[in-house]
Amino acid sequence: MKFGVVRFPGSCDEVDALHACRRFGEAELLWHGDRDLSGIDAVVVPGGFSYGDYLRVGAIARFSPMMEAVIEFAEDGGPVFGICNGFQVLCEAGLLPGALLPNDSLRFVCRQVEVVVEATDTPFTRTCRAGDRLSIPVKHTTGRYFAPPGTLPEDQVVLRYAPGQNPNGAMEDIAGVCNAGRNVMGLMPHPEHAVDPLTGSADGGRLFESLSMVPA
Amino acid sequence: MRARVLIRPKEGILDPQGQAVERALPALGFEGVQNVHVGRLIELDVEDAGRLPEMCERLLANPLIEDYEIVDGEAA
Repeated sequence: MKFGVVRFPGSCDEVDALHACRRFGEAELLWHGDRDLSGIDAVVVPGGFSYGDYLRVGAIARFSPMMEAVIEFAEDGGPVFGICNGFQVLCEAGLLPGALLPNDSLRFVCRQVEVVVEATDTPFTRTCRAGDRLSIPVKHTTGRYFAPPGTLPEDQVVLRYAPGQNPNGAMEDIAGVCNAGRNVMGLMPHPEHAVDPLTGSADGGRLFESLSMVPA
Repeated sequence: MRARVLIRPKEGILDPQGQAVERALPALGFEGVQNVHVGRLIELDVEDAGRLPEMCERLLANPLIEDYEIVDGEAA
């Protein structure tokens, strides 16, 4: 099982993501200017500020050569996991429904939150049970999930912020969604920062563990 | 030709930037201001202004959350 973690100019969580992946499989970095995904079983699009967040978050990264390869990989059914800025990039790329808007507070939020697992029939949550609560940090300014009415079927909501813990004004407390094919997922919280009890929680590891069970 | 594109949050979508500005103006003594929305302006020189709508749809705006208006450039 080999993960590929994309590095854009402006990424900042790719090293933690690489570390999280390596707890459950092999992993290597993928440079944004390359397009080679040979040997990769699952792609992680990490957090950060790709291309400086210029124009709109994720808007420029979506056109990078590597993202063109990732879009093709996803369309062939390959699992793609977008975290924070990665979630924003996948929405801009049209691989996930909806978009991320500035937090309703207009402030950067950085804190531990609990998210509730809503769907377990995805490659990202197969080791979880519906209703499980995972303690994972968020850190973002543009995390308010929004999907126009009728564009997000209920069964594509994978994670919700626990009641009262929505940090950004996201529609219906949505923290993470998947595509109709269920092989692409994005979430605002950072599971890669919660893989070791030393940093307060290892709950995020369960998502990487789930992903590592994808048949190679 | 020179073109200008105005991009604003879609109506009905919460615009916290607009709200923050709306609250700040009375604090400076500017009363009677309502419905403030903050968007952005993109200016560009284009050879074929006919392609501006496609540029807006694919990159300059995100049509899910933003409306765009091509102010100049349509008469090219």
